[in-house]
Amino acid sequence: MTGTTSASGLHLPQYLREAADLRTPVGYAGYKSTGLRAPLRGPVDLPHRLTEVTGPLLGEGRVTAADADLTRQHAGEPQGQRIIVHGRVLDSDGRAVPHTLVEVWQANAGGRYRHVVDNWPSPIDPNFTGLGRTVTDGQGRYEFTTIRPGAYPWGNHHNAWRPAHIHFSLFGRAFTQRLVTQMYFPDDPLFGQDPIFNSIPEAARPLAVSRFDLERTVPSWALAYEWDIVLRGRDQTPYESHEPGADDGDVA
Amino acid sequence: MSRLHTTPSATVGPYLSIGLAWEDGPYVVAAETPGAIWLRGVVHDGNGDVVPDAMVETWQADPDGRFDHPDDPRGAVPYPGFRGFGRSQTVTEGQYAIYTLKPGRIPDGEGGLQAPHIDVSLFARGLLDRVVTRIYFADDAEANDEDVVLRSLPDDAARRSLIATPTGDGYRLDLYLQGDRETVFFAV
Ligand SMILES: [Fe+2]
Repeated sequence: MTGTTSASGLHLPQYLREAADLRTPVGYAGYKSTGLRAPLRGPVDLPHRLTEVTGPLLGEGRVTAADADLTRQHAGEPQGQRIIVHGRVLDSDGRAVPHTLVEVWQANAGGRYRHVVDNWPSPIDPNFTGLGRTVTDGQGRYEFTTIRPGAYPWGNHHNAWRPAHIHFSLFGRAFTQRLVTQMYFPDDPLFGQDPIFNSIPEAARPLAVSRFDLERTVPSWALAYEWDIVLRGRDQTPYESHEPGADDGDVA
Repeated sequence: MSRLHTTPSATVGPYLSIGLAWEDGPYVVAAETPGAIWLRGVVHDGNGDVVPDAMVETWQADPDGRFDHPDDPRGAVPYPGFRGFGRSQTVTEGQYAIYTLKPGRIPDGEGGLQAPHIDVSLFARGLLDRVVTRIYFADDAEANDEDVVLRSLPDDAARRSLIATPTGDGYRLDLYLQGDRETVFFAV
């Protein structure tokens, strides 16, 4: 949808906000790091004007086809269970978000990140970086080949372990749609003790968990998981209902 | 039509640099672009300590106040060499640094013009969702006085938390996640 201009201003798409009981809060008491970081004052409402309804349209120029296969970035193959992770990027109206950049990063099969501040006693895999990038196709589809990441311990509370997850970063087409999140695997026994998973309101937690996808497994090669990602959609109130010139409620 | 529920956000965590570091991230325009500025600032937590594992992203109009984007009803207008988007990690003592051109003024949809501004997303371990703010410029005092967003803020202290001050090669705005000087963050 493209906005229109009129004497009274600019008609712009307005992006819908998910209800608070389905949105992850910025801070969560059980996740200790939020204590000194999550802002304490309530945010100020920012109506969507030109800067908010536009956004970076980053695509093909930033990725190569090889970036979507995390198992082929080194001389040898990484250790671990080879998996395909695929799905669609949609907006909340159910429309595909085509040609949008998807960035992922993850731990190796033993739960170790290739990062200077991760030094728990689990080995680095010389054949695994843990970085993937792709661009959705015309139907909003994405697909990565990788290995299933391991769980890893962290210092949040005694004997804390993060459930296996893959970090995802998405842009959509507007500043309002930017999303950084984590994809989990079904039925992980570590969900119950993980404050990052449990900071998601209960009704929304299933949306963060991928589905085992038998149909997309590749015989004698790889298991598969499917995960659709839903970005904020736009208010479909028809603009035609506004009286020309009498509309002082539109924002641009 | 029934709506889908949006995917819930999660923290970027401590290892964001594996996935999100771009060599050209800070460069909204190429190095040595005439008129370009460095936009810098330090991110602080509630203790006043710097936050060395955050990521700052910026999005802005070009110097003519246009966007190369189909949802701008004035038309998508490219500005050669200008990406509009910047991304910087705060690994060096909590400081972000974005190399860009100062944006122009753009319509506010209510018959006026917004002051030059840059939309900012801040991500970090300990933030389960991004937090959003804006950067304005101290030497646009007149435009800032007219700006619909700055005018909506409760007081001058709130406004000051968004206004970058000139430096030798650009502007500086420190961001405060908490505390007496807590930056104004926006719900978008
Ligand atoms: Fe992680």
